Amino acid sequence: MNYNWDFHAVLQSWDLFLWGLWITIIYTFGSILFGVVIGFLTCAARLSGLWGVNAIARVYQEMFRCTPLLVQLLWFYYAFPLLIGGSIDNRVAALLTLSLYVGAFYAEIFRGGIVSIDKGQHEAAAAIGMSSWQSMYRIILPQAMKRVLPSFINQSVIQFKNTSLVSVISVADLAYMAAVVNGQTYRPLESYTLMAGLYIAMLLPLTQAADWIERRLKVSD
Amino acid sequence: MTLNPEMNAPVIEAISLRKSYGTHEVLKGLDLSLARGEVVALIGPSGSGKSTFIRCLNMMETPTQGTIRFREKSVSRRFADKGEEIGIGTLRRHVGMVFQHFNLFPHKTVLQNVTEGPIIVCRRTRKEAEELAMDLLSQVGLAEKHSAYPNHLSGGQKQRVAIARALAMEPEVLLLDEVTSALDPELVGEVLSVIRGLADKGMTMAIVTHEMAFAADVATRILFLDQGVIAETGSAEDVILNPKNPRLQGFVARFNG
Repeated sequence: MNYNWDFHAVLQSWDLFLWGLWITIIYTFGSILFGVVIGFLTCAARLSGLWGVNAIARVYQEMFRCTPLLVQLLWFYYAFPLLIGGSIDNRVAALLTLSLYVGAFYAEIFRGGIVSIDKGQHEAAAAIGMSSWQSMYRIILPQAMKRVLPSFINQSVIQFKNTSLVSVISVADLAYMAAVVNGQTYRPLESYTLMAGLYIAMLLPLTQAADWIERRLKVSD
Repeated sequence: MTLNPEMNAPVIEAISLRKSYGTHEVLKGLDLSLARGEVVALIGPSGSGKSTFIRCLNMMETPTQGTIRFREKSVSRRFADKGEEIGIGTLRRHVGMVFQHFNLFPHKTVLQNVTEGPIIVCRRTRKEAEELAMDLLSQVGLAEKHSAYPNHLSGGQKQRVAIARALAMEPEVLLLDEVTSALDPELVGEVLSVIRGLADKGMTMAIVTHEMAFAADVATRILFLDQGVIAETGSAEDVILNPKNPRLQGFVARFNG
């Protein structure tokens, strides 16, 4: 193979890459923020013991866990507007879909953490007269959240990568910008390698942090 | 000796208590009345319903039928008090429990484990709660461990912290559910001597135990549970040394053998 690497042309569009990266970060953290809220509410619904509420939460979770994110994005952008008889901004559709998608997974992570706490902890809290709210808030949740932290970070890393799919509905994220630069420069190897490098640069510290936290938690247990 | 009638009034009572899991009836109508300062030991083979029974006394298990009474008031199934009935929350504030597996809060230090109830449930100030907790920790011989986390303690130390945690609520009754069964044999003594000390100070207690010698030593009354009923009851001398019930004779013989 005798390819002449030349990043010169590609790097002239560094501002596009930077802007794309910024958009990717905004959609990632925005959807994580909304996803945490949705996840907590869904988790509470699942654990509520109310049959109807639990059923609704489950249907939501399974719909979003059992369809590909790409399909969800296409549906929310192209199909949903017909259903409500209006139009939907592609940025709104992207953030909505990403949040609902990750929320369904977060809910399952949170629920797993809460359910994994020993029954004796509930009993010990109850035995000193705590209400179930006090017990959940002071005893169960702090332990559960610590336990699920590695899974939570892993899911968030996946979310960061999944954000690249919003480029299919023309949200100008990093993947979209790489395609734009490729179109201008006809340098796919350089454009897409630079994009991949930027993803790695962003996510490597996160996966390392997750591993480190996981090791530390093992020691303190 | 004449007893003050108020002293003699029952603190906690169980009246025709029944508990079933599905079709399996674990408790088949039990009655118990504990007066202030009494120490009752519940003995019996595994599966006889001892633990279920003691766990009904603070409503950790909800009885299928029958009533728990505390200070001569019925306990409802609600958390809060209502009218003449006492809520489960109030009952548990005054009736402490210590578990077989300690159930200390692993994310809190020894001191925080003990102050949690006084601060959160009794709404005492942190300073007050910490003074009380340090006093109790010295009583169980663990004052110097106040900033340690439960993982760094031995089983016997964990159980002594659990006792201090229950005592921090200043309970009128203490329920002890097989508190030495999960301990290495050499650690049993340190926990039993703490309980012995509480009995000497007049703490009202119900104790589920397999330590027959300890039961005989500390209990003012022994109940032998068998197949969900109280099969025999009396002083340590009556129940352990002169058992009448043939199944109790067999049960005691295994320990004396």
